[in-house]
Amino acid sequence: MSSLKLDVAAIRKQFPALDQTVNGKPLVYLDNAATTQKPKCVIEAVSAFYRHDNANIHRGVHTLSARATDQYEAARERVRLTLNASATEEIVFVRGTTEAINLVASSFGQLLKAGDEIIISALEHHANIVPWHLLKQRIGITLNIIPVTPEGELNLDALPALITDRTRLIAVNHVSNALGTINPVAQIAAIAKAHGVPILIDGAQGLPHGPVDVQAIDCDFYTLSGHKTFAPSGIGVLYARRPWLDDLPPYQGGGDMIETVSFDTVRYAPPPAKFEAGTPNIEGAIGLNAALQWHAALDWPAIKGHEAALLAHATTALEEINGLRIIGRAKNKVPVLSFIIEGAHPHDIGMLLDAQGIAVRTGQHCAMPVLQLLGAPLGTVRASFAFYNTLDEVDALVCAVHRAQHMLS
Amino acid sequence: MSDTQSPTAAIQTLADEFAFFDDWTDRYQYIIDMGKQLPEFPSDKLDDAHKFHGCQSQVWFDYAWHDGRIHLQGTSDAAIVKGLIALLFRVYDHRTPQEILDTSPDFLDELDLKAHLSANRATGLMGMIQKIRALAENANTRGST
Repeated sequence: MSSLKLDVAAIRKQFPALDQTVNGKPLVYLDNAATTQKPKCVIEAVSAFYRHDNANIHRGVHTLSARATDQYEAARERVRLTLNASATEEIVFVRGTTEAINLVASSFGQLLKAGDEIIISALEHHANIVPWHLLKQRIGITLNIIPVTPEGELNLDALPALITDRTRLIAVNHVSNALGTINPVAQIAAIAKAHGVPILIDGAQGLPHGPVDVQAIDCDFYTLSGHKTFAPSGIGVLYARRPWLDDLPPYQGGGDMIETVSFDTVRYAPPPAKFEAGTPNIEGAIGLNAALQWHAALDWPAIKGHEAALLAHATTALEEINGLRIIGRAKNKVPVLSFIIEGAHPHDIGMLLDAQGIAVRTGQHCAMPVLQLLGAPLGTVRASFAFYNTLDEVDALVCAVHRAQHMLS
Repeated sequence: MSDTQSPTAAIQTLADEFAFFDDWTDRYQYIIDMGKQLPEFPSDKLDDAHKFHGCQSQVWFDYAWHDGRIHLQGTSDAAIVKGLIALLFRVYDHRTPQEILDTSPDFLDELDLKAHLSANRATGLMGMIQKIRALAENANTRGST
C-alpha cells in the first residue's frame, strides 16, 4: 500500500551506521552510489549465519551444510523473484557487477572473432569499458560508442547507425553512476532486438532506486552489485537468459562447477553452477536475500516521490550557489548530483565537506570518458542520495558547500 | 622559521598550532592559508617531469642542494594539498640529508593528519615525501650534496 509520504525517520532507524557523528558533526551520508549503508535485517542475517549455520554448501552430508545450501539457494530464488527472471537457473552469483561483466566479456568473448563489434555508451562506468577494451586488445574486436548529449543523456538517434552485421552485443548501464541519468533500457533493448543483437544492462545503479523487471526490459544479461542495494559487499548477480548460459563456455574452473573430472576430460555442471567455481560468498548471498526481501516490502511509489523531492530540492538549492555547475541534467534522473565549482578543486570541496560530517565522493567516479566529454576534466563532487536521506540533509550539504567555497576563495 | 628550528621543534610548533583549533574545518582553513604562503612554483616546471600523479589532485615538485641542505619547491592544483606541501616543507625544507632521514613522516600521525591523509593516498603527496627521503638517502650515500 502506498502512503502519500515516506516515513524516512522509521527507515533511518533501521540503519545503525547513519546514527553517528563524524568530525564532531552528525553524519550526512551522501555517497550511496559508491555503496549504501546496511539495514539491521541484513547485518543480523549475516551474523545469524555465522552464529548458527556456517558450513560449506552443495557438498556436505551434514545438517549445517544442508542449512547453508538451503539458504544460499533461497537467495537465488529471491533474486529471481526480485528481477522477475523466468528461472532460478538464470541467476549466477558473482562478486558484483564488475565480475559479472568480466564473466560475460570472458565467456561471450570466446565466441567472438577479430572484426566483431560491441557497442557501449559514452556514459559507462569503467567496469563496462575496460573488460571490452581487454577483448579489443586480445582478439581485435571493435568498440563503437553511443554518444552522450551535453545534458548527459544518450543520443539514441545515433544508435541504429552504429549497428552493423558485425555487431555482437550492446552493453549499456541502466543508471549512470557519475551523473544519475536513467537510461531508457527497454527502448534500447527493443532497438537491439529489432537488429537481432543481444543486450547487456549494467544494473549496478538501477535496483537501489526501484524495482527491476528483466523480462519487461527484455534484456539478455543484467548485472547487480549487492552492496549498492543495501546488501553486503562481494556479492552480486549476473542474470542471463538460459540459452546463453547453456551456450557460453565456463568463466573460471574449479570445484562446484563440474560433474566429473579426470585428467583427460571434464564434464561441466549445468548452469548456474557451471559459472560458480569454488566456494562462493555464502554469507553475502544470505545478506542479499535479506536486503532484497526488505527492498520488496518498501513503499516504492512513496520512495519515488521522496527521491524526486530530494533531487528537485538539491538541484534548485545547489544551482543558487555562485559558480556552481551541475554536470548531468538529464530529464530522467535518480537523486545523484555531480557538480563542479569554478575556481575550487573537487578534492578540496570533498575534504571540506568531510570535515563538516558530509560524505560525498570526488574525482572521476570510474567514468573518465563522460566527465572529460562534459567539461569536468578534474572530476566532480558527487552527492548521491538514497531514500533514507532527508531534505534537511540537502540543506546541510548546501550550507557546507557554501562554507567550503568561502574557505577556498 | 625552518632555518632556525630543528625538525623536531618544527613538528612541535605545528602540533601546538593544530591543537589551537577545535575542529577540522578550522584546521583545514589554516592549512589552506599556509598553502597561500608557499612561494610561487615556476610555471615552466608545471610539467610531467616534475609531477607526482594522483588519482584526484596533482603535485608538482622540484629540489636543489645548496651548501649541504635541500631546497624544496612544490605546489598542487588542490588548495588543501598545497597547504599540506607547505606544512611538509616546514619540516623538511633547508635540512641536511641526515636531518631528513632522522625525521620519519610518522609525525603526520601525531598531528592526527593520518586519517585525513589516508583518505587521500590518491594525492601525489606521499610520492613527494618518499622522493624527499630517497633524495636524502642518495645524497648521504654519495657523501656529497
